[in-house]
Amino acid sequence: MTSLPAIRPEKRLGLAIDLDTCVGCHACATNCKEWNTGGISGPLTDVNAYEAEQQGVWFNRVFTYEVGGEGPNARTVHFPKNCLHCETPACVTVCPTGASYKRSEDGIVLVDHDRCIGCKLCSWACPYGAREYDEVVGVMKKCTLCVDKIYNENLPEEDRVPACVAACPSKARHFGDFADPNSTVSKLTAERGGYDLMPEKGYRPTSKYLPPRPGRRSAAPVSAAGEPGLEGAGRFLKWVDRILSR
Amino acid sequence: MSREPAPDLSPVVSDEVKYTTCYMCACRCGIKVHLKDGLVRYIEGNRNHPVNKGVICGKGSSGIMQHYSPARLRKPLKRVGKRGENAFVEIEWEEALGLATEWLGKIRATDPKKLAFFTGRDQSQSLTGWWASQFGTPNFAAHGGFCSVNMAAAGLYTIGGSFWEFGEPDWDRAKYLMLFGVAEDHDSNPIKTGLGKMKGRGAKVVSVNPIRTGYSAIADEWLGIRPGTDGLFVMALIHELLHADKVDLDYLVRYTNAPWLLIDAPGAADHGLFARDAAGDPLCFDQKTRSLVSAKLPDVAPAVVGSFELPDGRSAVPAFQRIAERYMDADYAPEKVADRCGIAADTIRRIARELAEVAFEQEIRLPIKWTDWAGREHDEMIGRPVAMHAMRGISAHTNGFHTCRAIHLLQVLLGSIECPGGFRFKPPFPKPIPPGQKPAGKTYAPNTPLPGLPLGFTTGPEDLVIDAEGNPIRIDKAYSWEAPVASHGLMHMVITNAWKGDPYQIDTLFMYMANMSWNSTMNTKGVMEMLTDVDPKTGEYKIPRIIYSDAYASEMVAYADLILPDTSYLERWDCISLLDRPICEADGPADAIRHPIVEPDRDVRAFQTVLLDLGARLKLPGMTNADGTAKFPGGYPDYIVNHERTPGIGPLAGWRGENGDQHGRGAVNPNQLEAYIAHQSFWHHELSPDQKFYKFANKSYLDFAVKMGFVGHADQIVLQLYSEPMQKFRLAAEGHGAIQPPDHLRANLIAAFDPLPVWYVPHEEAAVDTTAYPLHALTQRPMIMYHSWGSQNAWLRQILGRNKLYVATSKAREMGLEDGDWVRVTSHNGAIKVQIKTMEGLNPDTVWTWNAIGKRSGSWNLAPDAPEAKKGFLLNHLISELLPARADGRRLSNSDPITGQAAWFDLRVRIEKVEAGAEVSEPQFPTLPRPPGVAPAPHVNDYGKTFAPSHSEQKHSDKRTRA
Repeated sequence: MTSLPAIRPEKRLGLAIDLDTCVGCHACATNCKEWNTGGISGPLTDVNAYEAEQQGVWFNRVFTYEVGGEGPNARTVHFPKNCLHCETPACVTVCPTGASYKRSEDGIVLVDHDRCIGCKLCSWACPYGAREYDEVVGVMKKCTLCVDKIYNENLPEEDRVPACVAACPSKARHFGDFADPNSTVSKLTAERGGYDLMPEKGYRPTSKYLPPRPGRRSAAPVSAAGEPGLEGAGRFLKWVDRILSR
Repeated sequence: MSREPAPDLSPVVSDEVKYTTCYMCACRCGIKVHLKDGLVRYIEGNRNHPVNKGVICGKGSSGIMQHYSPARLRKPLKRVGKRGENAFVEIEWEEALGLATEWLGKIRATDPKKLAFFTGRDQSQSLTGWWASQFGTPNFAAHGGFCSVNMAAAGLYTIGGSFWEFGEPDWDRAKYLMLFGVAEDHDSNPIKTGLGKMKGRGAKVVSVNPIRTGYSAIADEWLGIRPGTDGLFVMALIHELLHADKVDLDYLVRYTNAPWLLIDAPGAADHGLFARDAAGDPLCFDQKTRSLVSAKLPDVAPAVVGSFELPDGRSAVPAFQRIAERYMDADYAPEKVADRCGIAADTIRRIARELAEVAFEQEIRLPIKWTDWAGREHDEMIGRPVAMHAMRGISAHTNGFHTCRAIHLLQVLLGSIECPGGFRFKPPFPKPIPPGQKPAGKTYAPNTPLPGLPLGFTTGPEDLVIDAEGNPIRIDKAYSWEAPVASHGLMHMVITNAWKGDPYQIDTLFMYMANMSWNSTMNTKGVMEMLTDVDPKTGEYKIPRIIYSDAYASEMVAYADLILPDTSYLERWDCISLLDRPICEADGPADAIRHPIVEPDRDVRAFQTVLLDLGARLKLPGMTNADGTAKFPGGYPDYIVNHERTPGIGPLAGWRGENGDQHGRGAVNPNQLEAYIAHQSFWHHELSPDQKFYKFANKSYLDFAVKMGFVGHADQIVLQLYSEPMQKFRLAAEGHGAIQPPDHLRANLIAAFDPLPVWYVPHEEAAVDTTAYPLHALTQRPMIMYHSWGSQNAWLRQILGRNKLYVATSKAREMGLEDGDWVRVTSHNGAIKVQIKTMEGLNPDTVWTWNAIGKRSGSWNLAPDAPEAKKGFLLNHLISELLPARADGRRLSNSDPITGQAAWFDLRVRIEKVEAGAEVSEPQFPTLPRPPGVAPAPHVNDYGKTFAPSHSEQKHSDKRTRA
């Protein structure tokens, strides 16, 4: 078993994911893949890459669901899913070797591949399905919150954000420190009713989801807009004496 | 607990960063490519680029896998087996180019139209079209004819610009957005970014689309319209607005031809044309002087309704009166169209009211002084913040041209074109309506260039590319009476016509990036047979020679006689030119280049360089010096820098002039490409604030546009709600004039060439028994594969490796179908067997699938049993390029009758449950062997391993399950 940091990390880095504007383009998923396959947890190995039953390691996957009713009442929701960097992650505490750990500095949950024996207990423990076993390398891999990008001094300051956040065309992903009430992610969570995924599990996810906004519609429809009495040329009377200037 | 590990948080990302332009779809975003150890480490968006401003989509982020795809062709190939067998030998470039030169040289010396040169997803059409013109064949077009040419044409004939490349919603100011038929379409990132912004500030987004995916999913309101009825819906909105008097009449008289007088003399040869003065200017009736005056004068007070006597005693009415008469008619009342459209009358009325409320009650006033075309100063810019965008759901129908014109009419009536918050043109648009260039090709001769470019804009029968008997001159029959306003040709008809020898047989079909034996064609199986059909008399293929250029082992490769392998997008020079399909945005013109980020590791050459080489070998005038040497020995980059279309205007607008200090016009700058590379591979000019809106009537902008060569003069560009060119073609069809259509087309032409937007039943629907084919069937483009280049991409095929047929849950229930059932889908052209999936967000009379996911077994270097081949499928087999036979036995093309646009989405089908059997989709075709030189694809893809710090290397080999 592996312990969590003794003191709650000062920073709690995570993502606020906006389900209102996610169009399901998978930019977050593939940009994550290209950054991380060459990053500290790389490669994100694919097997049967050009064959049937193609599958590989992804730190971020986008699911699509229809929810809330039948026909036009149903709502299609695109749901990107990656590690939520929980405050009390079972994937860490269940780890028999200390390979899974939560960073004391910023709360990011990582796997030390040198210590991982590939026993998969962590993937059983994680209710979010955020763990990815690399069957070729034989170790468990997962979202690192791009820890080798967000602190990377070889990159310009402005590029030190997770790949999924930098890529997202509809700005449905926000990165920041949830411990800071003035951070963008904290404010968005407060304003938009950001919520925990499966709070009943008690793992206290750091990252939050911002719910879809209700659709905007005006009040009940008006009846016919025209002046029903006027037919034929009479319909145009309203424009006959209009003085319009070119 | 042991000490917390300390991984290296600052690994070196790259040895070098280069900026270029993405080509994973046609959006053409700026990208920043990180290189490490000579390999591509990471591709991200360029935050300074005007198109994507730093973001990058799912396709763009997968570029590495496209670049290193195992399906890449490696060397020129010459066919040795039968066509379709994929039996080739590798040859040297010298032999390949020698063969092509020999074949093409003979054609050029005898009958140049026997070369049909058609390019697909070509982003170099200003080169390829010019090359065809220099060769002397009228038979050139790119893929526009099966993409969205009727929308481009509808825009260019109505407002002087169009959706996507020539205009965009004002994403920063619009308060209401209507999307029509937009899935993952043009353009990619700006729409996503724009929707994010609009939703973030509480603007309303309405999506009109039979299918609720992608953008429709996040719309505030989704209207699941019946396919092909959008025009009716829009006309009902117009009906409501006119009755409620919620139209911007001031805008109409200032900026449109609404007050221009139309000759009202039914039966006369000039009925429905504009009454003009001696100078040729259209007339209006001035309410102040109570007289007929030139409608082009400033400060007149034109009448918009009424009947006025012309000097010759005949009467005339303002175009607006004709608009009001048509759309105020009860035929367009919401109740009348509701059932047909599948949208409740109350909803139509509510949307109309919302549009009017936003346009007129929430108007925007920007305190920006500007000067109009007549020199009058204005203190502010008024905006009607309703914006619209439309794409393939509109264009892929036989009534798409008119539907698109109806959407533009709706925008104009609201006063929302080219104003703050509305739909904005991207310079070099707006252009004169339509642009002045006419299609060349009416005359052609051996060893002689055409007098102009093959594609252009017709304004009456005299511009048609037909012979003295009225027969088509072009192989695709573009600009004939079958598609008079073709604008981009009819690529989907080329193979069928060439095979039939109708209007004549060709010698060589030369194609680039067009998968015409698979997902880019209608009637795929039929076309495959045509490509291999032999003329029993001669023993030769009916299409004798096929030359094809592609970078990948696509399905089309198997059907070519000579393959010219292209490079990947990271290995090439390109220019995204203002002469072509620009990347401009509404705040200013822009263009861009690609430059080789890495050198090819194979014996491949960029197609454009090959084309220029062929041109020099063929001694085409524009590509050859007086002494017979090649004019552009440095290939495409040489051309990009040194070619001038007219003096001072070349493919790139930035850093012209000997010192590189001129933009737009200027002498050739030998260091131009270096300047682009130094500026992150793009050029962008930001308009001044007073130039940014009302560009069609804005003096400062128009003067700028003249200076840049965008337009010939600074006259106001008057929006053409009533289209006189349409009426000219219609008058001919009614028997007026010397140039006459064949009798069998007259009725069709009269119906189609309506000078005002009109709605008619899509042609296939009108021709088939709709009880036998009760459902509409169409495709949507998946966001991760739009443009369908993703099938060999190891990452993208994990996201979408097979497609199913989506059926509305309610319809499935009604038919006793369940998720996962297999069905036969039958159209008038054939049947396919596929697996279904049910969904709620779908018009119940519609079935659909993802576009181009199905692949032919063995193609793209995928395993023969890959799901793309065995489970995936194409709807294309069901879509015929020809409509069912008419009563007289003739079969017309399955195209918009005005523009020739391929009517992919007119398809009607029925579905029936069948046994799942082996759970393999049908039809299946023999597995294609790998072309020579293409190695088997690897089983494991661990790209990136070499970049990773040592600790992540494979270390638990005993636990490996696969290697």
